[in-house]
Amino acid sequence: MTNIPETGRTPRVQIRLVVIQILVLSLLGTLGGRLWYLQIREGAEYAKEASGNHVQQVVEPAVRGSILDARGVPLADNETRLVVSASRTDLLKQKDDGKAVLAKLAAVLGMTAEEVAQKVRLCDAKTPQPCWNGSPYQPIPITDEATPKQALQIRERAEDFPGITAEPEAMRRYPSPGAANTAQVLGYLSPVTDAEITKAQDTDSPFLRSDQVGRSGLERQYDKELRGKAGVTRYEVDNLGRVIGEAEADPAQPGSNLVTSIDARVQRVAEYELNEAMKEARKQHDRNTNENYKADAGAVVVMESRTGRVVAMASNPNYDPNAWVGGISAKDYKKLTGKSSNYPLLNRAIQGQAAPGSIFKVVSTAAAVQAGYDFDGRYNCSSSYSVGGQVFKNFESQNHGPIDLGRALEVSCDTVFYSLAHREWQKDGGIDPKGKPKDYFYKTAHQFGLGKETGIDLPNEVTGRVPDREWKQSYWDANKAGWCKTGKKDGSYVEKIAYENCLEGNKMRAGDEINYSIGQGDTLVTPIQMATIYAAIANGGTLYDPTVGKAIVSPDGRTVQEIAPKAHGRLPVSKQTLAQMDDALAGVATRGTAAWRFGGWPQDKIEMHAKTGTAEVYGKQTTSWFATYTDDYSIVMTISQGGTGSGASGPAVRNIYDALYGVSDDGVINKKNALLPTPQKDLPKIKTDGTIASPKISKDPAKEQQTYQKATEGGTPTPGGTQPAATVASPESTNRDTRRRARRRGTRRKRT
Amino acid sequence: MTGANGFSVSGYGPERAGWTRVFARDSLARRLDWPILLAAVALSLIGSLLVYSATRNRTDINQGDPYFFLVRHLLNTGIGLALMVGTVWLGHRTLRNAVPVLYGLSVLLILLVLTPLGSTVNGAHSWIQLGGGFSLQPSEFVKITIILGMAMLLAARVDAGDKLYPDQRTVLQSLGLAAVPMLIVMLMPDLGSVMVMVIIVLGVLLASGASNRWVFGLLGAGAAGAIAVWQLHILDDYQIARFAAFANPSLDPAGVGYNTNQARIAIGSGGLTGSGLFEGSQTTGQFVPEQQTDFVFTVAGEELGFVGGGVIIVLLGIVLWRACRIARETTELYGTIVAAGIVAWFAFQSFENIGMTLGIMPVTGLPLPFVSYGGTSMFAVWVAVGLLQSIQVQRPMSA
Repeated sequence: MTNIPETGRTPRVQIRLVVIQILVLSLLGTLGGRLWYLQIREGAEYAKEASGNHVQQVVEPAVRGSILDARGVPLADNETRLVVSASRTDLLKQKDDGKAVLAKLAAVLGMTAEEVAQKVRLCDAKTPQPCWNGSPYQPIPITDEATPKQALQIRERAEDFPGITAEPEAMRRYPSPGAANTAQVLGYLSPVTDAEITKAQDTDSPFLRSDQVGRSGLERQYDKELRGKAGVTRYEVDNLGRVIGEAEADPAQPGSNLVTSIDARVQRVAEYELNEAMKEARKQHDRNTNENYKADAGAVVVMESRTGRVVAMASNPNYDPNAWVGGISAKDYKKLTGKSSNYPLLNRAIQGQAAPGSIFKVVSTAAAVQAGYDFDGRYNCSSSYSVGGQVFKNFESQNHGPIDLGRALEVSCDTVFYSLAHREWQKDGGIDPKGKPKDYFYKTAHQFGLGKETGIDLPNEVTGRVPDREWKQSYWDANKAGWCKTGKKDGSYVEKIAYENCLEGNKMRAGDEINYSIGQGDTLVTPIQMATIYAAIANGGTLYDPTVGKAIVSPDGRTVQEIAPKAHGRLPVSKQTLAQMDDALAGVATRGTAAWRFGGWPQDKIEMHAKTGTAEVYGKQTTSWFATYTDDYSIVMTISQGGTGSGASGPAVRNIYDALYGVSDDGVINKKNALLPTPQKDLPKIKTDGTIASPKISKDPAKEQQTYQKATEGGTPTPGGTQPAATVASPESTNRDTRRRARRRGTRRKRT
Repeated sequence: MTGANGFSVSGYGPERAGWTRVFARDSLARRLDWPILLAAVALSLIGSLLVYSATRNRTDINQGDPYFFLVRHLLNTGIGLALMVGTVWLGHRTLRNAVPVLYGLSVLLILLVLTPLGSTVNGAHSWIQLGGGFSLQPSEFVKITIILGMAMLLAARVDAGDKLYPDQRTVLQSLGLAAVPMLIVMLMPDLGSVMVMVIIVLGVLLASGASNRWVFGLLGAGAAGAIAVWQLHILDDYQIARFAAFANPSLDPAGVGYNTNQARIAIGSGGLTGSGLFEGSQTTGQFVPEQQTDFVFTVAGEELGFVGGGVIIVLLGIVLWRACRIARETTELYGTIVAAGIVAWFAFQSFENIGMTLGIMPVTGLPLPFVSYGGTSMFAVWVAVGLLQSIQVQRPMSA
């Protein structure tokens, strides 16, 4: 043992042992570092994953709130259907995985055992429909059309049907009270999309795959309030999905009710009258196109003048919103959205835009006053106005001589506005203005709220258009390439227009401003914009954001969140001018272009104001506009390709007023027949148990009103309205108030 | 350094009476390596809690008794302690004489596994069912007999003073001795155990002072072997899948990547202090397979957090540190080699086991020493502790 070192090892071994020791330590260090990385640095991430691992949510859908009219009549509510569902979790606990129970259930429901089995199987890559593609922890609906007898059988023998429930469940329903359809205002629901589910997954209100979401109208605008909050019960489950504990339970909170300012009866009358007016228009012959009017679309808005609240809003064509309930069929969908459908889903009151024609003259009048022209000044209402060889004619070439602006409104004299606009255009510097042009006519339109949304509480409102310099420039920038390519100096009509536009489409030409002054040319407005403007004239100048929603009331009626009227501007008109305009518009109804439609109207009791408009659209028949107001209401109706303002829309608007105030055709006011002589102030009462005290509503208020209006009639009615003595001219010549010969762009080819 | 009383070269020290003998400087109790013993006991007790937590709800395997695995784990620990005492009592030198017999017996046992007596668990045909719910995994014992056998051969001439280093022939002989049981285990196939044995052989060769050529040659051969195994498709599909899942656990989260993913989620969700013992949702929900055996560390990770996991690693570190110290300080090469072999074994097996739960090593069926549930593995590691203590006790009192 002499040559062996004391430690028993050679240096080589000694070194290697140290190496081993270091290696071992570094391995352990690696483990520690990795442990730190996983648990401390990335810990939160994994904790989240772990909780997702072992928690399953069962979502109990919240009952959607009702949409009520101003008096509490439900426009959209829920009907109870008996839904029989099976709980997979409970079925799988049974010895045969619930096969026997399902077979028994099939017998009760009159289905085959196979059908039932298919309904409860889970969808996967290999399982085709029918199958359940929701959460396996969710009760799976087997039928939503169980009869009470079937439901009773299941519930009374609960011990025979473990895992099966028969519960009443709420389904959306649009009951059309008093035949009021209200489809476009209410909107519709459709199933939630995958993207929406993913987005709402981690919020406090996750979607169910079976959930419905508001897609348009009030259902969409107030979706969050109406939907309420789905109840969520979180179960802790093990790796086989067996429940090992209930983690938390949030009960479902039913959605709130939306009280609207819509009055179902007025809504029905408005819808009915609009439809009748359109039907009537289709019987009328259009001299210009030499065929009957198409009257392909129309809208009417009834608004409270002093609040901007919408009492009725009808859009034609319409559709049955119940088509969407329980999933829309492909056929129905095509009918609603196909090319040949005429798009009934559009709410033309806020999504239809057209040139306003003469109802725009209130804007031009205000603009003229702003530009410094005296309201009471004398302006020549000649039969025509020529600018550099181009002749702009008055309607039917009428000549009223020198008149003031009020009279110009009354008789809807175009030439007065032509000359004023032309003078302003010249003052602004003509075709090539130096410095900043004043542009009173365009500025005023913006101040009236045109060219932008009114802010109504309905989705997808369109803006209309004020064809000012800015717009012309951007439009030209976007289109000049095409115009310059196709334009020819001596080509066809379209080619000449393109040539002209290519050269100076970005400039404000005299003809542009002249046309614009009477609401023609490239001007576009929506019915809701015009209703807002006429309501503002009625209420002393406040431009309210129109509202349909009036209050959001909790399901138990305890908390009421009122939606207060909100203004977005004031008319740029002095009190005095406003009063003068008000007088002039009353004159329109008593002796002007609308007078023949308001024969016998009790003007001394209910002051009526109106303005008619007949707008021309290139390549189409004229658009009928009728804008009216009283102290309480403002009603604007339009019919696309419908004829003249008072001719096509007049009787309908008159009938709506008759119904509101209880006026018969001969002018007698019968309060008993009045639907809503003053706007509804109080909110309907919602009791704590959720029931709503709503008045009874007759089967069809529109038909009822017709009989009222005729019953008290004294004189001999003529179809389409009585001819008042005060009217300046016969309807044959003056009812086509603002009608001019089709103003094609070509007629103002030559500018000054 | 030499003490005032000089030192005893061997044995249990001078005869003393009563408690003084127990606490005498050179008594057995004083000479035992207490840190190793206490750390190993602590690991076993922590193991029993983790095993209990993982199995108390597993009605499918605990035969309705939540304490089934707890009791057995404690029993195994007790038997293990007794085996350690027995080993110390016999002494590693006495055992050296019995190495040929022990080696032969262990090889015979693993051969038995290949016969119909053996049974397959998780793809590895490496168990012998003894009835009554007991089973034996003889490959665990082979790890010991390889260490002892190789140490006996390699150290014989060096300890006799004939040589400074084992010669080539001896090295070859020892490699052959290790190769026979390794081949048999590979046939089972129990790849994890083979990997441990390769590391053991490496550690043993290093500690023996065998020429560098052997060490590097063996490393090269190992690498070549791994490539050959891969290329020749010797591995079963499930083994390849495990490696693929290791490389990319999101590859097949419902299949082979599942273990890895769930294990990592369990550990990751533990955070600093864990969810509390018996409070882990991954554990209670039984999301991690084989959680009382191979994946026992995930219970610690989830329920005891970074602190608990860290304690386990530190305790293993104490065992390994002290074992390294024993290897360095014993006077005989035989003891050095045995201790180094045990260090290689424990270190690799711990690293592989914890590493796979942390996602830095591929999944193989290796138990965590002392902590994982499993009788044979528990007995084997305690016998190893006994060997370490015997080497420590019987070395000269120089420190």
